[in-house]
Amino acid sequence: MKNSRRSFLKLAGISALGLGAKPVLNAFASSDEHGPEIFPNQEALTAKRWAMVIDTRKFESEEDFEPIVAACHKIHNVPKLKEKRHKIDWIWIDDFKHVFTYQEHEFLDDRVKHLPFLVLCNHCEKPACVRACPTRATFKREDGIVLMDFHRCIGCRFCMAACPYGSRSFNFRDPRPFVEEENKEFPTRMKGVVEKCNFCAERLAVGKMPACVEASNGAIVVGDLHDPDSNVRDLLKNNYTIRRKPYLGAGPAIYYIV
Amino acid sequence: MLELAIKGGKTYWGWILSLLTIIGIAFIVYLWQLDFGLGITGMSRDVSWGFYIAQFTFLVGVAAGGVMVVLPYYLHDYKAFGRITILGEFLAIAAVVMCLLFIIVDLGQPMRALNVILYPTPGSVLFWDMIVLNVYLLLNVVVGWNVIEAERNNIGYPGWIKVLAIFSIIWAPAIHTVTAFLYCGLPGRGFWLTAILAPRFLASAFAAGPALLILLCLIIRRVTNFDPGREQIQSLAKIVTYAIIINVFFFLCEVFVVFYSRIPSHMDHIKYLFFGLHGHNALVPWMWTSMLFMVTSIILLVNPVTRKNEKVLAFTCVILFIGTWIDKGMGMISGGFVPNPLHHVVEYAPTLPEIIITLGVWATGFLVLTILFKIAVTVKEEVSGV
Repeated sequence: MKNSRRSFLKLAGISALGLGAKPVLNAFASSDEHGPEIFPNQEALTAKRWAMVIDTRKFESEEDFEPIVAACHKIHNVPKLKEKRHKIDWIWIDDFKHVFTYQEHEFLDDRVKHLPFLVLCNHCEKPACVRACPTRATFKREDGIVLMDFHRCIGCRFCMAACPYGSRSFNFRDPRPFVEEENKEFPTRMKGVVEKCNFCAERLAVGKMPACVEASNGAIVVGDLHDPDSNVRDLLKNNYTIRRKPYLGAGPAIYYIV
Repeated sequence: MLELAIKGGKTYWGWILSLLTIIGIAFIVYLWQLDFGLGITGMSRDVSWGFYIAQFTFLVGVAAGGVMVVLPYYLHDYKAFGRITILGEFLAIAAVVMCLLFIIVDLGQPMRALNVILYPTPGSVLFWDMIVLNVYLLLNVVVGWNVIEAERNNIGYPGWIKVLAIFSIIWAPAIHTVTAFLYCGLPGRGFWLTAILAPRFLASAFAAGPALLILLCLIIRRVTNFDPGREQIQSLAKIVTYAIIINVFFFLCEVFVVFYSRIPSHMDHIKYLFFGLHGHNALVPWMWTSMLFMVTSIILLVNPVTRKNEKVLAFTCVILFIGTWIDKGMGMISGGFVPNPLHHVVEYAPTLPEIIITLGVWATGFLVLTILFKIAVTVKEEVSGV
């Protein structure tokens, strides 16, 4: 009895030592051997701070938005769910008074009053969702894009409560049966995780413009906010633009020319 | 001491069995939720937290409320409460167990729950909530168990237990403060974005927790040979009185600020809850019932005649508990999400499976509570030789 306990303790001690020493050994190992080197794609589109300008003057009716929403949702395998409660939206349209809450007034001109506005993740400068997330499953990249790690998300939905723009959706059920035509280039999601617009980070990485930009006939422009010669800076300099709920200080990166 | 929990009469086992039945049914429904996803609940993109998180919030309060018997005994040497501190500690354990279970059943990916520890994120309030709740659970388990064991062996409890007990007194407000911070730090939700939220949570906690404890004391007196004591119950009643008055006062402060300033993003939530908004008014009758119950309980508690009558006091505690439960367990969460950030009014109501799972968690809590109270009361009976 005594003997076996002693040998057990010995074994346990050695195991613990081994486990404790492993990270140290790993560190040595990694300094010696060359791991796979990662080269950035030469064609990738980069920016110090990505931003988007939506020229709402170039839209006339709801039909103008359909190809934009469809392009985004198709490329990203966003499911079409019939139950309203389970709905998932990356980009969608709504009225001025809902997009720019508490900014409408009785005598708003007819065009703005009846024109739908595009709504999507604002990729905030100070994203409340990133601050709330308990696992850093949602995070802000250096270039300002707010992303989701679908495999780390525990589905607590704290980010959804935190987002002041209602830009996040939750997979209340398995979305895969509701993806009409699967795009193999982009992952599908599983039930129980949060998702949202990713500024087409996967497309920028291979030198393509975001899907909504491509489908917008020039009404949506993305570019580098920190580059004084960029197209977005040019648009911002020459047009009056508004952002959603600027008083919250989140610093949304989506600008609207009204 | 656990063996004390398996010696009981027919009523005891009947009660345990009925709790186990509810737990069993709820567990099957939970397996369904695990398989299908949270889509079997009434939650949506707009109201993304519902009944589960509401119960969690309310029960953190009940857990913190347990401190109201521990504090007077350890800090003010109020001897009378020495008889029932163990009940407060064990109630806290059962309540925290329910809180943790409500968090688990609310997760979309519960198997990944440990990611919170694997990728610790001090910037997230949820990370801190996980810490404070688990530490509070541990404190109450260690303190409660050692105190009741010492009592059984007719010896004083070790000195370090008192240190831990005092630590748990500081810790109790912390758990509910951190829980309030989950909500009141969020920029876009006018209903929660108020500094009075944490104080309000604490006031309602210190009313609901001790009110439940009074009810439990009255039940214990009836079904066992241990009498928690008339003085003890009356002292608890006074604590409940002040706490519920402060709770309603804090709420009225909020109402003043919101409606005198007339800022729509803050007004609309309270309007929705109490009067309905754009024709949506599912919660209106509930909220007025809650108010009526809380105000009635104040009247019955302030008046010494009604407070000293234990039958009336029991009734008062029941309506107070229901009133605070509606206020926090239903209105507080839905109210924050309706209207949504785009100012659409999307209402929420729990579904049947959601309610069954909720009942299952409550039943688990009461199972833990029953076992712990059974142990505590049996020890008390042994010691007093009845």
